[in-house]
Amino acid sequence: MHETANTTSFLFGRLSWDAIPFHEPILLWTFIAVAIGGVALLALITRLGAWGMLWRDWFTSVDHKKIGIMYIVLGVVMLLRGFSDAIMMRIQQAWAFGDSMGYLPPHHYDQIFTAHGVIMIFFVAMPLVVGLMNIVVPLQIGARDVAFPFLNNFSFWMTVAGAVLVMLSLFVGEFAKTGWLAYPPLSGIAYSPDVGVDYYAWSLQIAGVGTLLSGVNFIVTIVKMRAPGMTLMKMPIFTWTALCTNVLIVAAFPVLTAVLALLSLDRYVGTNFFTNDFGGNAMMYVNLIWIWGHPEVYILILPVFGVFSEVVSTFSGKKLFGYASMVYATVVITILSYLVWLHHFFTMGSGASVNSFFGITTMIISIPTGAKMFNWLFTMYRGRIRFEVPMLWAVGFMVTFVVGGMTGVLLAVPPADFVLHNSLFLIAHFHNVIIGGVVFGLFAGINYWFPKAMGFRLDPFWGKVSFWFWLSGYWIAFTPLYVLGLMGVTRRLSHFDDPSLQIWFQIALVGAVLILFGIMAFLVQLYVSIRDRARLRDSSGDPWNGRTLEWSTSSPAPAYNFAFTPRVHEQDAWADMKQRGHRRPTSGFLPIHMPKNTAAGIVLAGLAMACGFALIWHIWWMAGAAFVALVASAIAHTFNSDRDFHIPAEEVARVEGERTRLLAQQV
Amino acid sequence: MSTTHHNASGAHGGADEPHVHSHDHGHGGGAPHSTLKGYMTGFVLSVILTAIPFWIVMGDVFKSNHTATVVVLAFAFVQIFVHMVYFLHMNTSSEGGWNMLALIFTGVLVIITLSGSLWVMYHMNANMMPPSVHDMRNMP
Repeated sequence: MHETANTTSFLFGRLSWDAIPFHEPILLWTFIAVAIGGVALLALITRLGAWGMLWRDWFTSVDHKKIGIMYIVLGVVMLLRGFSDAIMMRIQQAWAFGDSMGYLPPHHYDQIFTAHGVIMIFFVAMPLVVGLMNIVVPLQIGARDVAFPFLNNFSFWMTVAGAVLVMLSLFVGEFAKTGWLAYPPLSGIAYSPDVGVDYYAWSLQIAGVGTLLSGVNFIVTIVKMRAPGMTLMKMPIFTWTALCTNVLIVAAFPVLTAVLALLSLDRYVGTNFFTNDFGGNAMMYVNLIWIWGHPEVYILILPVFGVFSEVVSTFSGKKLFGYASMVYATVVITILSYLVWLHHFFTMGSGASVNSFFGITTMIISIPTGAKMFNWLFTMYRGRIRFEVPMLWAVGFMVTFVVGGMTGVLLAVPPADFVLHNSLFLIAHFHNVIIGGVVFGLFAGINYWFPKAMGFRLDPFWGKVSFWFWLSGYWIAFTPLYVLGLMGVTRRLSHFDDPSLQIWFQIALVGAVLILFGIMAFLVQLYVSIRDRARLRDSSGDPWNGRTLEWSTSSPAPAYNFAFTPRVHEQDAWADMKQRGHRRPTSGFLPIHMPKNTAAGIVLAGLAMACGFALIWHIWWMAGAAFVALVASAIAHTFNSDRDFHIPAEEVARVEGERTRLLAQQV
Repeated sequence: MSTTHHNASGAHGGADEPHVHSHDHGHGGGAPHSTLKGYMTGFVLSVILTAIPFWIVMGDVFKSNHTATVVVLAFAFVQIFVHMVYFLHMNTSSEGGWNMLALIFTGVLVIITLSGSLWVMYHMNANMMPPSVHDMRNMP
């Protein structure tokens, strides 16, 4: 008997049937629904005979455009999960007053708010931002792919591996109950002995490798692979913001990796970096994680500022007002984002001098951000504004984000923060800037660049429906939280005693339902656009009368992006080319040297995921085997010298001839 | 890695020569060529800069441990630069100045992170309640 137990624990570590949440009806039904949906999806793919196509053309692809699309699919799928968590919290808080305990027990509620934060930041916002950068940056700088195409594929699959681990925690074991940054000592082994924090740490470590590598990839791409003539000060603003964001990624993510590694050492081998006893200092964890965490919010918002710059300039039919000031503002924000981290823990016990320093740096950072806002306004001033869907998002952003910025400056005042910290006012503030900034910007970007990625526009009617639901939904969901926060209601509560507060939470729930309609309208928009793709077809390659190089090639862009590398003379290179009567070359094509697809990325990421899973459940033999296999496969991949091929000149001529024919039909 | 790099340059090949690897990267503005003399200089300097701290620690040269630590760290700091110059071939103009820019940026961030963390943590520890009643009695 004893021996059997030993064998089982050797084979399965901490994993047992108890880890499967049969006793939680909500989780059980979710699991059944997900299982049915998943099986149906797999059956559909099999029925369509699409596995080979998916594997050859997508999963193993090193084409930056396809990887970008896959990132966006990942982001949208995870948005549905993150939003389910959100609306579950809103229902619980609108319900659980006085005698009613709502429908979520506290230990489940705590997992939900942790998962909501982790998923929305790491597996929704990050993939969507990186996806847009993938699709757009090489096209904007006139390159044929990123600098390291295989690494790009590998980065994507590592992000997926992290996301899969988080999703797995829903049905196998549990997720962290610590809040999205897992502060010790609560996240230490003494207070979180379960697998939740281990799921958290390993999924972020694995996804973090992907993020860091794509940061390196984009820096090299932007620095080394710009089209001839594109000096730094002629780069499109989106590319500038992408460069700064990736510099931030490369500088900040190692800090996250290190701090999570230290936390894991505390949990696994009994070190005392962040424990209460033996000289550990939990405050050091908070300090370190915010040294990563504050740059992280700028990693998300900077590319989105770039999206708005492109959108506002295109739909106003004007050059961006104050290009140079926009670039300097971006670079200044990049540096300043490293000087403000303490404003996330003003109340932890620093003295007045430290708090004043970080309060003032925080206020200073609103100056370059404000400069950007004025640049967009002055770009619109006397422009011929077309209120297409991306422009609607941009205007909605400007109104919403300014309010979020101002409440941010309020929180930057340390004495005010002592009153407002950890309250719903803070929650309202950061949702104001993340939804009003990042999410609105991502929708603007998706609507704007969709024709370039897919070859047809998104349906404008459903786009507008989605926009108005999101905008009104945001305000109705989060204005009550500002009010509640000012009244002193703190965050992360699953039950309230004071019945006079209930009405505010009910209003917030209405807002969340409106956002749900906004998300559904977006899905309908995707469906309608795919159904009506013939009507929405973009055969010109330049559906918005764009200004930057991505609009000079066909929609969708061919595998090689540009038959001839463009030469850049001015800012807004494509607007300049159109003005000078640029003629597309129609002959003299040459073979094009391209990287080959490879399965190495998906294999390595799969092994990394297996290793992470084994470490979470203490299945040591499997962790060791997966790790050895991971290193061996990585080494084996370096011996693969069959990595490139040439697209023959005839093929290029055929594709370009097709485009010539389409363009001729236009006129 | 080299193949990936070739892909990169191949994908970037200009309109003039899209089918050949462009051969201009890595030189002209790139890293200077390595020489045996350079490597030997770097090696000898590294050995010296390692041997001295070793002697300082083993021979108890300084009376106070504190001084010894500071001196050893100073030698380590110098050695970082020896490695960068002789082994990584970095100078102010390599890679068109990008190496230098990246180095300065890294330096700024490392200084911010280290000095900021020390300052912040010192302040917090100074303002925290002492861990026990005994310590409380002995407060200054």
